Amino acid sequence: MHPFAYVAPSTVAEAVAVLDEHGDRARPLAGGTDLLVKARANVWELDAVVDIKSIPELMKLSVGNDGLSIGAGVPCYQVYDNSEIAAEYPGIVDGVSIIGGIQIQSRAGLGGNLCNAAPSGDGIPSLIVHSAVAKIASVNGTREVAIEDFTTGPSRTVLKPGELLVSIEVPKPAANSGAAYTRFIPRNEMDIAVAGVGVFVQLDSSGKNFESARIALASVGPTPILASAAGDSLAGKPVNDETISAASALARDAATPITDMRGTVEQRKQLVEVLTGRMIKQAVERARG
Amino acid sequence: MTTNSPSKVHVTTTINGQQHELLVPGYMSLLDTLRELIGLTGTKEGCLDGNCGACTVSVDGRIVDSCLVLGAEVNGKVVDTIEGMATPEGLHPLQQAFLEEAALQCGICTPGFLVAAKGLLDNEPSPTEGRIRHWLAGNLCRCTGYDKIVRAVQKVSD
Repeated sequence: MHPFAYVAPSTVAEAVAVLDEHGDRARPLAGGTDLLVKARANVWELDAVVDIKSIPELMKLSVGNDGLSIGAGVPCYQVYDNSEIAAEYPGIVDGVSIIGGIQIQSRAGLGGNLCNAAPSGDGIPSLIVHSAVAKIASVNGTREVAIEDFTTGPSRTVLKPGELLVSIEVPKPAANSGAAYTRFIPRNEMDIAVAGVGVFVQLDSSGKNFESARIALASVGPTPILASAAGDSLAGKPVNDETISAASALARDAATPITDMRGTVEQRKQLVEVLTGRMIKQAVERARG
Repeated sequence: MTTNSPSKVHVTTTINGQQHELLVPGYMSLLDTLRELIGLTGTKEGCLDGNCGACTVSVDGRIVDSCLVLGAEVNGKVVDTIEGMATPEGLHPLQQAFLEEAALQCGICTPGFLVAAKGLLDNEPSPTEGRIRHWLAGNLCRCTGYDKIVRAVQKVSD
């Protein structure tokens, strides 16, 4: 591992100044569960690591009428241990509960999961279907990027050298909505998704019809995929096996997987179709309370 | 804030109840800090990438893989390792149960399993078998097949 300096600034301004000085030879450190693995494998050669966990803004987790705000350094366990988040954002909790094992969940969080930009990132599809937004800071100011636009390829994001993810902002879900995420792995725990599907549904007040839906896929393309046609196909339709099957088939069409050690193209497409159907049904169940 | 040279970081931390002041290279893992700077070699190095859990320690009451934590990060924190489990009066009940249930063979994974299991029972004294297996999923053992480990943890559960 290339020797790097460790700095732990207490403000965003100090953090982005260090990141700006070092460009792509510096990285923010949240849980370190990807960063230290990549540094040790010399995927990244770093001169400085900027520990963001002393910056109060990046460790803030708040949930209320203006939605859910997740600081970039907040670890998974703080998200799933929060009963209010579990009640209002169960799809997000589905994701953070299956990232790594308990040791990893003590450190890893949604901010790092997003910035690591693995196509299989289990935390990302639920953020996409919730229409969440990333708040980004740099020495030049701040900007916001929709989560579905944040990752641009395996390990690649819209972040430019010197930019820092500050927080993920999730709008408060309306009444009669629900969300769910699951993945397929051949083990019970501690594995990387062969395919993953997140769903958000908005039902009408009767609970019998979809008003809108968003569906996002993991591990079946170079980035997590927003399957817009699949979600849009449910808008205004009744909740029944026919509409759910049609949306599931469209989700399958949106998947662009490769064959690798974890699964084949055909298996992954099949998994997307099956898991989409299951997650729509689960999201509907949760929406109906 | 100068970052030009990878200088050492001044760290004050409490390890197994004892305060330590250390100068830690910024890139040194907590695992290496414990083993090489302090001489606490009970914590084992396994995979070095967060899969095996052999290096599990507790930081502020949460179990972590110490290979994926920097020593510099534990400034002001409380670290507990396998060396802190037994007391002069005797073994920790989990250690005693691991002996009685033959929950170890080669022993490399054992410190990590014990620290992880303690992390569970300290907060949840009566976990189900499923909960124990879920909690210990981040610890790998290539000898025992896990059943003996799970039985040992169950023996100490209420």
